Amino acid sequence: MAGTCASELDVAEKGVARIPTRLQERKGFAGYFRAFAFALFIFGCVSVGCSTASAQESPFIVAYSHYLEEPGNLEVEYFSTYGTQRGGNNFHAYWIELEYGVKAWWTTEVYADGQTTFHDSTIFTGFRWENRFRLLRREHLINPVFYVEYEQISEADKIIKEVEGHDVESGHGALNGIARQGHKHELEFKLLLSSTYKGWNFTVNPIATKDISSAPWEFGYAMGASRPLALKASATRCNLCAENFVVGVEMYGGLGDQHNSGLHDTSQYVAPVVAWNLPSGWTLRVSTGIGLNDNSHRVLVRWGVSHEFSGVGKAIGRMFGGRS
Amino acid sequence: MRKAVFSFCPAIALAVTTFVLVLFAFSGARAGAQTDSTIQDSYYSEITKAPAKVSAKQNSFENDPEAPRAGRKLYEQHCAECHGPSGREKRKAPGLFVEQVRQAPPGALFWVITNGVVRRGMPVWSKLPEAQRWQIVTYLKSAPKVEAQ
Repeated sequence: MAGTCASELDVAEKGVARIPTRLQERKGFAGYFRAFAFALFIFGCVSVGCSTASAQESPFIVAYSHYLEEPGNLEVEYFSTYGTQRGGNNFHAYWIELEYGVKAWWTTEVYADGQTTFHDSTIFTGFRWENRFRLLRREHLINPVFYVEYEQISEADKIIKEVEGHDVESGHGALNGIARQGHKHELEFKLLLSSTYKGWNFTVNPIATKDISSAPWEFGYAMGASRPLALKASATRCNLCAENFVVGVEMYGGLGDQHNSGLHDTSQYVAPVVAWNLPSGWTLRVSTGIGLNDNSHRVLVRWGVSHEFSGVGKAIGRMFGGRS
Repeated sequence: MRKAVFSFCPAIALAVTTFVLVLFAFSGARAGAQTDSTIQDSYYSEITKAPAKVSAKQNSFENDPEAPRAGRKLYEQHCAECHGPSGREKRKAPGLFVEQVRQAPPGALFWVITNGVVRRGMPVWSKLPEAQRWQIVTYLKSAPKVEAQ
């Protein structure tokens, strides 16, 4: 995230000061309402003609394992990130994610991002389109998946779904009014290397990002390990069985850019994660990210809720005259 | 400020349209292509592709009295959507309560569940712990007994 110079901040502060507080609050509520209404609309749309699928989701919020969405299934997800901000206002960033299994080897996703910076405003910050391709047909010791994403987001985006280059806490300190004027059009590539052994999943995701403008390549990483609390399933359908809980830890951070690589001037996080997979198809995830150096946000608390709908592809096929 | 919001709109519309087109194109194509019995037989032939060493693996849950019920629960959660709730009713994928499956070595069934048949639409299921995959195998082999209870 590009930093904002002091003079720009001054101008922004003056600009925001001119907006009456009540108007800012109203804008904030309108933003929340729109995001909530959009989420309800999506849930409503996909509920019609589709059944629920029970998922065994990974607990990771930033890292990816090699498991893709089942073909024809649509997972609707909502995630929140609450972040502390030294020298600025804390924020609550959120995104809605639609994840569709096109093939057993191809998953596609769209994201819509937004954020509320406290004592500032609520804004929409952009969208992302992500694709993941499984490279090998069968399971191996290490399973590679190629990931490519196009992002069109403003500089005010704070979901921190990945950290790369020299992304640091101070880059999120600008007021929304000024930060949203800068836009990023980025292509992001990842190689998801994941392995499953004796119930554990280990994953490492090297990241390379290129802004479509002349900015240099930026690098980052995410990695994680997770395991269900119980490996054997119980004979009865239950919500609180140990097998429904997956716990783990993920770590992510920047690795500099092509001109200045390394860990200096980067932010690094470690986050314990837990997922609760309910037999009804709902999954809840919680993670508390802790910044490992002074360039990192002290705390990033994340939580998310998702629901998987099966037979979405078939339902759409029927709508357009396909045979069921 | 308002201008910045509107500058996103064409791009969002493009992304959403592309997403829907991808979804439509591939769902429509699949909807008409599931009935050929030759294709069904070739699905079952995947079982024979399991390496001999894996096929020879013993199912440690074979004598576990709870395993068929646990396997049935897992089957209904993860497999029934495609293979049908009873295992006999064909849906997106072939039914699993047929002779080809019943007579297959447990290790070979475990291998197919683990690796999927990615090219033909069955995802890998190694995300289920090994014990749960064996519980599903136990259910598949003993399903008629479970169904009769």
